Amino acid sequence: MLERIGVRSIDDLFAVVPEVARLARPLALPAGQSEVELAEHLLSIAARNTGAGAAVSFLGGGCYDHYIPAIVDAVLSKPAFFTAYTPYQPEVSQGTLQAIYEYQSMVCQLTGMEVSNASMYDGATAFAEAALMAARVTKRREVVVSAAVHPEWRETLATYASAGALEVRVVPASGGVSDVAALTDAVSRRTAAVLVASPTFYGTIEDIPAIASGAHTQGALLVVGGNPVLLGVMQPPGELGADIVVAEGQPLGNPMSFGGPGLGMFACRQDHVRQMPGRVVGKTTDVDGKIGFVLTFSTREQHIRREKATSNICSNHALNALAAGVYLSAVGAHGLAGIAEACIAKAHHLEAALVGTGRFERVFDAPFGYEFTLRFRGEVRAMQEHLLGRGFLAGLDLGAFDTTDAGLVCFAVTEKRTRAQLDSFVQEVAQL
Amino acid sequence: MYPKELKYDREHEWIRTEGDVATMGISHFAQDQLGEVVYVDLPSAGDSITAGDAFGEVESVKSVSELFTPVSGEVVEVNEILADAPETVNEDPYGDGWMIKVRLSNPAEVDELMDADGYQAFLAEEA
Amino acid sequence: MTSPSEQPALTGTLIFDLGSDDSRCVEPPVLDVPPIPLDEVLGASRRSAPALPHVTEVDIARHYERLASTNFGVDSGFYPLGSCTMKYNPKINEWACRLPGFADLHPYQPASTVQGALELMWGLQEALAEVSGLPAVTLQPAAGAHGELAGLLAIRAYHTDRGDARTRVLVPDSAHGTNPATVAMCGYEAVQVPSDERGGVDLGALRRLLGTDVAAIMLTNPNTLGLFDENILAITAAAHEAGALAYCDGANLNAILGKTRPGDMGFDALHINLHKTFSTPHGGGGPGAGPVAVTDTLAPYLPGPLVARDTDGRFSLADPARSIGRMRSFLGNFGVLVRAYTYIRATGADGLTDVAEQAVLSANYLKVLLHEAWPLPYDRTCMHEFVLSGSRLRKEHGVRTLDVAKRLLDYGIHPPTVYFPLIVDEALMIEPTETESKATLDRFAAVLLRIAEEAAEDPGLLQAAPYTTPVRRLDEAAAIKQPDLAWRPSPDS
Repeated sequence: MLERIGVRSIDDLFAVVPEVARLARPLALPAGQSEVELAEHLLSIAARNTGAGAAVSFLGGGCYDHYIPAIVDAVLSKPAFFTAYTPYQPEVSQGTLQAIYEYQSMVCQLTGMEVSNASMYDGATAFAEAALMAARVTKRREVVVSAAVHPEWRETLATYASAGALEVRVVPASGGVSDVAALTDAVSRRTAAVLVASPTFYGTIEDIPAIASGAHTQGALLVVGGNPVLLGVMQPPGELGADIVVAEGQPLGNPMSFGGPGLGMFACRQDHVRQMPGRVVGKTTDVDGKIGFVLTFSTREQHIRREKATSNICSNHALNALAAGVYLSAVGAHGLAGIAEACIAKAHHLEAALVGTGRFERVFDAPFGYEFTLRFRGEVRAMQEHLLGRGFLAGLDLGAFDTTDAGLVCFAVTEKRTRAQLDSFVQEVAQL
Repeated sequence: MYPKELKYDREHEWIRTEGDVATMGISHFAQDQLGEVVYVDLPSAGDSITAGDAFGEVESVKSVSELFTPVSGEVVEVNEILADAPETVNEDPYGDGWMIKVRLSNPAEVDELMDADGYQAFLAEEA
Repeated sequence: MTSPSEQPALTGTLIFDLGSDDSRCVEPPVLDVPPIPLDEVLGASRRSAPALPHVTEVDIARHYERLASTNFGVDSGFYPLGSCTMKYNPKINEWACRLPGFADLHPYQPASTVQGALELMWGLQEALAEVSGLPAVTLQPAAGAHGELAGLLAIRAYHTDRGDARTRVLVPDSAHGTNPATVAMCGYEAVQVPSDERGGVDLGALRRLLGTDVAAIMLTNPNTLGLFDENILAITAAAHEAGALAYCDGANLNAILGKTRPGDMGFDALHINLHKTFSTPHGGGGPGAGPVAVTDTLAPYLPGPLVARDTDGRFSLADPARSIGRMRSFLGNFGVLVRAYTYIRATGADGLTDVAEQAVLSANYLKVLLHEAWPLPYDRTCMHEFVLSGSRLRKEHGVRTLDVAKRLLDYGIHPPTVYFPLIVDEALMIEPTETESKATLDRFAAVLLRIAEEAAEDPGLLQAAPYTTPVRRLDEAAAIKQPDLAWRPSPDS
């Protein structure tokens, strides 16, 4: 090959690199390992973690320990899906494209919206992009966000807004839900969007219609963050007045994987599709009249519109969207509702039992789904540390996110938690 | 390809003036370069536009081009056909594919534009 | 019984078309606590059932097998997609990220229960710092474009902290579209810098554009033509003289692993596409990961949390002092980070240098095989990729680069990147990567030479290609004019 190129050595090919910029030493990294050694090494690292299988987890806060049907990973493991690039050549990418179209269809069904994009990085970035989109649609730049939204979603929004595209007003929560009156008061003709989530960070369910009317009266859009499992039983936000619906789609067949990759679900109304960020797949036909799918409305995107694009995003979480599509096909509407009902029933069972121990007290009246927040009568960290020793990840210490929430603990209960686990956890709490 | 009675600018718009109202569209060359037009974004009647500014966008599947006006004035009419049938821009760029009508605030701006011969010479130079 | 004619078509049969109302795959668990009347909990917010598929596991298995059979991945064949580094994705990476000790971790677990995960992330931070020559690394960004945003926001925060409000960012005309889009998202004006006749940044033009209003230059090196910028040191020095910082788009890092480092070229910040250089699979569009490496000066501004190793050897999370804030939920695309870490450990120090050498050797070999038949606008030693122009075929035979790309599909080869970079007419951007054999390169060259002959013999053959793919050319205009972006149940069902 060198001879054909007409050089003597590979180094000649790098002659263009200025002498002073050349790395004159080997990289200071370990030598390569054989696969046997490498597998050992990885197993030993993984063994230094306590996975969900090794402790009984009540952690939620946007990432949930749901059961993943075996068929999901069987599909995800097909190299034709996971070793493909973005489907820019539709003639040899129908698998990816159709799977995304089906995913988009399911997202529309769950959210009650007309259009879904092909997905974004995660719920938090979808939330921030929704605010930016609302600003483009309304040609306004102020957004009003409820403090009941996950703090990491709000922080992501603040980061995206920090370059000056948006002014963010945070409205304090009240009783574990948005303060509807205060939210409505904060909205003006300058407001591009009101942003809330239901369930909230505290697990509570919001009064979306009331919030919607406050936003719409002033011509602002309503952005609602949701939980896709609960959308199996809850009224879709699209039917309650939401203009953009976003969600963290991890619960739909994606492992927790230490919080990433997630799945940013993003859905909106057809009228606003030209302001939507991210890719979208559409159905069409080929020259022979066969049904086929393509990436469409591409002129919104960075590779064509460059600095005027709706976002700089240049990917989607296609594999996570595929997982969601397989998951929703596997469980169906009946199964999704059943899973949601199981989670809700178990969460309510645990909530009542924890309050019954006298160690926790109720602080919020609002209804909740499968996550709930209680006040611990004592020192939260010490309690969690003790229970960890007994094999339990005892909920989320909300004081670690915001000192005004000190003493509050948020528990998530999925369908994977058994009655026996709940009962033994309650017993441990009772003995604190 | 380039009707004699029209005026053209370097951004490939054409102008037809009747009294103080100018009708505007894009030239045969522009529509050919774009390929099949799939979307046209236009201002609303009543908007005012200024010579040199972008007043809209025209999109094909894989490209987007801004529309620049060579004249100033108030938009009095917008071609509603293009919302449902944007390909009319390709099929009949100087007829049914027109884009907006403008009441000129400075008719002298029209005099600055190229005639058909001048525009064709400009195209030859650009190629 | 289903008649033979009702066999689902290879394409276009939706999952919604399969099964029947009572088809079930996975049943929810039997409830072991008292049921809760949902109306009491959710009240009016109870819904009617969404129209999701109702299918059996067999239906699902066959449906997705059918879809997979219409897809082309790296495991299907040669994928010389320029700028995307479609190298082979070792299977051990897939095994590793699925280990329960990684896949079943919750991001809010106490640090004491995730020491292995934090150690892996710390190890990856360290490795990326070494490879980039930039000491501080955040693993948080989910993709290259996300990394660009993080890096440029950090640069913005740095200038703001110094009370130095700058408004413009310089971007070469050969740049990826994400660069100007990111600049705009950061509230800056993107100013285009022309390329010179050698395919590098026009240094004179750059110097004229650099002023006290310029916050940064954003550069890919090797650039999107596959060329290493000969003036790179002068370029970064000029930026620094003007008080601007130099941002490197790391899309092409594969070419220089262990040979030279962005930090040593004078760059202040770099994003690294793990799904390109470090062999994590592209997943049909994602997820990837776009860690950002920066100088000590920019380190305080990185999005947190970062992983730190404490003096007792334990690992913990910490936010940088002047952090721009988080870019997303949680810590990063951990599943992707595990794959990249696995790849780096498998490849090792010498191996990574070999990667760059073989990638560059392959590209130059392929270029030499092709450059007589296919004009190269910038014909000099390339790095890991090169850009051909199809302008001659267009002029002589009316065949466009798009037609060449579609014809390649009939030969079982994924086309190169086309129509990019924008500064090359009818561009074909070819990146063979280091994982392809000489035989594969030879075959590709032979096919591309054959296609050039076909263009001369029978242009129509190319203009109507492909013929052998699951679907042929699709009506993309109709997809926009009559948008169908989601299946809906028919009203009578």
